[in-house]
Amino acid sequence: MIEISHVNKWYGPTFQVLKDCTTSVAKGEVVVVCGPSGSGKSTLIKCVNALEPFQEGQIILDGIKVNDPKTDLPKLRARVGMVFQHFELFPHLRIIENLCLAQEKVLGRSHGEAVAKGEKLLERVGLTVQANKYPAELSGGQQQRVAIARALAMDPIAMLFDEPTSALDPEMISEVLDVMVDLAHEGMTMMVVTHEMGFASKVANRVIFMDRGEIVEDALKTDFFGSPRSERAQKFLSKILSH
Amino acid sequence: MFGNLDFDVIRRSLPYLFLDGMSFTLMLTGLSALGGLVFGTMIALMRLSSYRLMGRIAGLYVDFMRSLPLVLVIFWFYFLVPYIGQWVTGASRPIRVGAFTSSLVTFIMFEAAYFSEIMRAGIQSISRGQPAAASALGLTYAQSMRYIVLPQAFRNMLPVLLTQTIVLFQDTSLVYVLSIPDFLGAASKVAQRDGRLVEMYLFAALVYFAISCLASYGVRRLQARIAIVR
Repeated sequence: MIEISHVNKWYGPTFQVLKDCTTSVAKGEVVVVCGPSGSGKSTLIKCVNALEPFQEGQIILDGIKVNDPKTDLPKLRARVGMVFQHFELFPHLRIIENLCLAQEKVLGRSHGEAVAKGEKLLERVGLTVQANKYPAELSGGQQQRVAIARALAMDPIAMLFDEPTSALDPEMISEVLDVMVDLAHEGMTMMVVTHEMGFASKVANRVIFMDRGEIVEDALKTDFFGSPRSERAQKFLSKILSH
Repeated sequence: MFGNLDFDVIRRSLPYLFLDGMSFTLMLTGLSALGGLVFGTMIALMRLSSYRLMGRIAGLYVDFMRSLPLVLVIFWFYFLVPYIGQWVTGASRPIRVGAFTSSLVTFIMFEAAYFSEIMRAGIQSISRGQPAAASALGLTYAQSMRYIVLPQAFRNMLPVLLTQTIVLFQDTSLVYVLSIPDFLGAASKVAQRDGRLVEMYLFAALVYFAISCLASYGVRRLQARIAIVR
């Protein structure tokens, strides 16, 4: 589904943020990307739907080359859902409008269809009553659930999560993770940048560990948590699991 | 000194002052603000575009307009617009342009430079995550601007845009150099016809003052309301 091969990316002439990154996410697979801050994991996931350009290598998404200048990027992006660290709901639109806008403008669905789909997804994330409120009236956890619903409304073939719980208060993390776990159990293809190792050990198929722009480790979940080979991964794990 | 003033001249000329003069002024202000906002937003988008040349051209335009006294621009446009019209349409002689059209074009072009700076600040005040989220949903650049970025930028900047419109309202009085009967022009005509300069200019100042003050007060209230919503 997602094929990342030999991706190199620089900011400016000298600062390399991604170094020869190669990995893949198969259909129905859940891959968790972790690593210390500044390791390039968010940058890598943003390269997948071309929100970030990269200079070398290639990424193929469902058979379409992302970094081909001829690729219709809006069309490609519409097929992959993305959830951001800071939710990025549209503050000037009501919740239901947040869910409908792209359905109507990008997929060309009628307003009635879009609303029906939006309401179904709001029910799924448990926020039916909030449909007519504005994002600022919702808690962080609720906003992130809306953001997930907004992405799902496009019937994506895969979902990208960029630190979806990092900006949340601790008591709201689980309500977002629950939605993600359900999604994983339904067989959604997911690439998730997160520090939530509980989530990783529960639903991930594979765990990728990144450090300083490199993919240091790319292992099955059991191998990763059982016996990470690299010293850097061991250090990272001991740090985030010790408290 | 005020002994021989005749304020009745104001009462006698009220219909002319307001029905002709003020309606011209308000129409010019409204249409110029609208046109300036549309044109200014386009310039702002050009300035923020990743195409260097476009940004440079828009920047030059803004700097140029902001470095000229408005009166000069009004003068020049009045004489130039007929010839520009001739050049654009390929007519054999200069196009005849009414004073209203000429001054409207002038104010739109001039105000666009100021509105563009306001809209640019407004667009830059929107976090980069917003257009990123719009793109991630498959919206094109144009759609993301139209549905996500510009509505928010406009709302954030509404008080500043309105304040600039109040300034514009006062600036429209400069069209009197073209002998157009806007509010000030009308007052000036009556003043000279009846030899009542002090009364008429005093009254004109009062009217401008009252309207601008009231409008500013309205903007402040609006600002407070927007602040609560956000």
